[in-house]
Amino acid sequence: MALLSFERKYRVRGGTLVGGDLFDFWVGPFYVGFFGVTTAFFSILGTALIFYGAAIGGTWNPWLINIAPPDLKYGLALAPLAAGGIWQIVTICATGAFVSWALREVEICRKLGMGYHVPFAFSVAIFAYVSLEVIRPLLLGAWGHGFPYGIFGHLDWVSNTGYQYLHFHYNPAHMLAVTFFFTTTLALGLHGSLILSAANPGEGKTMKAPEHEDTFFRDLIGYSVGTLGIHRLGLFLALSAGFWSAVCIIISGPFWSRGWPEWWTWWLDLPIWRQ
Amino acid sequence: MGYQNIFTQVQVRAAADMGVPLPRGDWARDGKPAPSYLMGKFGEAQIGPFYLGRLGLASLLLGFLAFEIIGLNMWASVGWDPVQFVRQLPWLALEPPAPKYGLQILPPLAEGGWWLIAGASLTASIMLWWARTFIRAKRLGLGTHTAWAFGSAIFLYLSLGFIRPVLMGSWSEAVPFGIFPHLDWTAAFSIRYGNLFYNPFHCLSIVFLYGSTLLFAMHGATILAVGRYGGERELEQITDRGTAAERAGLFWRWTMGFNASYESVHRWAWWFAVLTTLAGGIGILLTGTVVDNWFLWAQQHGYAPTYPSTGVVDPATIPGVLK
Repeated sequence: MALLSFERKYRVRGGTLVGGDLFDFWVGPFYVGFFGVTTAFFSILGTALIFYGAAIGGTWNPWLINIAPPDLKYGLALAPLAAGGIWQIVTICATGAFVSWALREVEICRKLGMGYHVPFAFSVAIFAYVSLEVIRPLLLGAWGHGFPYGIFGHLDWVSNTGYQYLHFHYNPAHMLAVTFFFTTTLALGLHGSLILSAANPGEGKTMKAPEHEDTFFRDLIGYSVGTLGIHRLGLFLALSAGFWSAVCIIISGPFWSRGWPEWWTWWLDLPIWRQ
Repeated sequence: MGYQNIFTQVQVRAAADMGVPLPRGDWARDGKPAPSYLMGKFGEAQIGPFYLGRLGLASLLLGFLAFEIIGLNMWASVGWDPVQFVRQLPWLALEPPAPKYGLQILPPLAEGGWWLIAGASLTASIMLWWARTFIRAKRLGLGTHTAWAFGSAIFLYLSLGFIRPVLMGSWSEAVPFGIFPHLDWTAAFSIRYGNLFYNPFHCLSIVFLYGSTLLFAMHGATILAVGRYGGERELEQITDRGTAAERAGLFWRWTMGFNASYESVHRWAWWFAVLTTLAGGIGILLTGTVVDNWFLWAQQHGYAPTYPSTGVVDPATIPGVLK
């Protein structure tokens, strides 16, 4: 049993959402629960289908394996397995596995007496995935608008979809998303550095406490957001990155079908300076 | 919602924290700290004090100089019309010199000279701010982790604006100053070198960028979720493990079979953030110097799909055409 020295007292019964005590047990370090079983079901089936798709796809090169969605001619209908049907079932499995995983996290939070921040954060990531693979294809009327499952295949999809709108960097929601990604990484670098620099001040020096953290940031930029605030800030920035990523792709096609640079003409045509 | 710890419910007002004492030889701290109720809902209420110092003063002055040069050049580009300056601001640019000037130290001011002066000022400002980051940490007896992480970001900045242009033999290779213009540069750069998505270091940089965002979501959420056990006092939990650290660790252990510790999660954080810009800078330095077309390079190395031929020949792929 992979049990940490302090772990036994936390391994208590209860907190489950579904199934009562039936699946309330651990396998090695993993908590199972009803949603652990559904996660395993969806992820094993989905992975097996990806291997099946690879086997009939003509290459075992891991960079090039590509499970493509159906042709646009199938619209929102089910497609034959070898012509996008695999992609459709894999998408169902992935969504099922992600949602199961989030609900399993909820059960673990309840068991440990923790807030629900982690499953909430994960649900934002699930929303971004569902936006790409379900919501936008539904709005555009064909599963063929989803991205394919493949390492470089999905990058080609991103390239091609971006150039359909001429220059995707001009998409205002994409601008926000990229800004949030960069800012999150900056804040993460600063937070990681601050904790490590206080905990590891150098040979022979005493470890520091939060008053040194606050002083360093006030000296540097005039404000310290504090030990609690930095985690609120980090979570907010990270979730904003995911949320605006979802928005930027949902609006591309369903709500704006021309080049994104053209969108900005509203600014040039404001009545205050329109020529 | 109070239990979810989204906002601070009760704010304590006490005398301002003036910070740990500074060693002899430093300037005094500036500004009378003031509490802000709104800031206090989210993080610390106290704003200030601030340490300026010689490095900070010089850095801010040079940064202001660069900002002014860029802004005034943009304003000049619309004939000093204030309305058009605001209207067209997102499209305006201060462009680097034309290719004919190569690496000339000072081309005519209106043809890239101002770009070089603004770039030099901004670079000097950033370098002084780096030194400030390093010395402020030393003066407080902290490690210099912040300065080295900042150094990784500076490496990407210098790769784009200085090292790669020097390797290519022309300032014209560098990025313009401007909102839309720098985005245009990025798109054109990717197309010119055969799709940057096939640059393995670009791949790594994106992995670390998204990974950093994932990590901060996981870490921020975990700490807030154990806030009711005092989990945000990380330095205390590192040295004297409490129930917050135990629950936070077990959450991830039960979820994914593995957990970081209160200290090691910050090492993961530091490396992910640092490697984002480090890998990005390497990717930029290889583009156009070592590899001319990332898609063709990926085909040669077996990781790009081969699509059915369209019958159109890319002139850039015919040997001798460009020379």
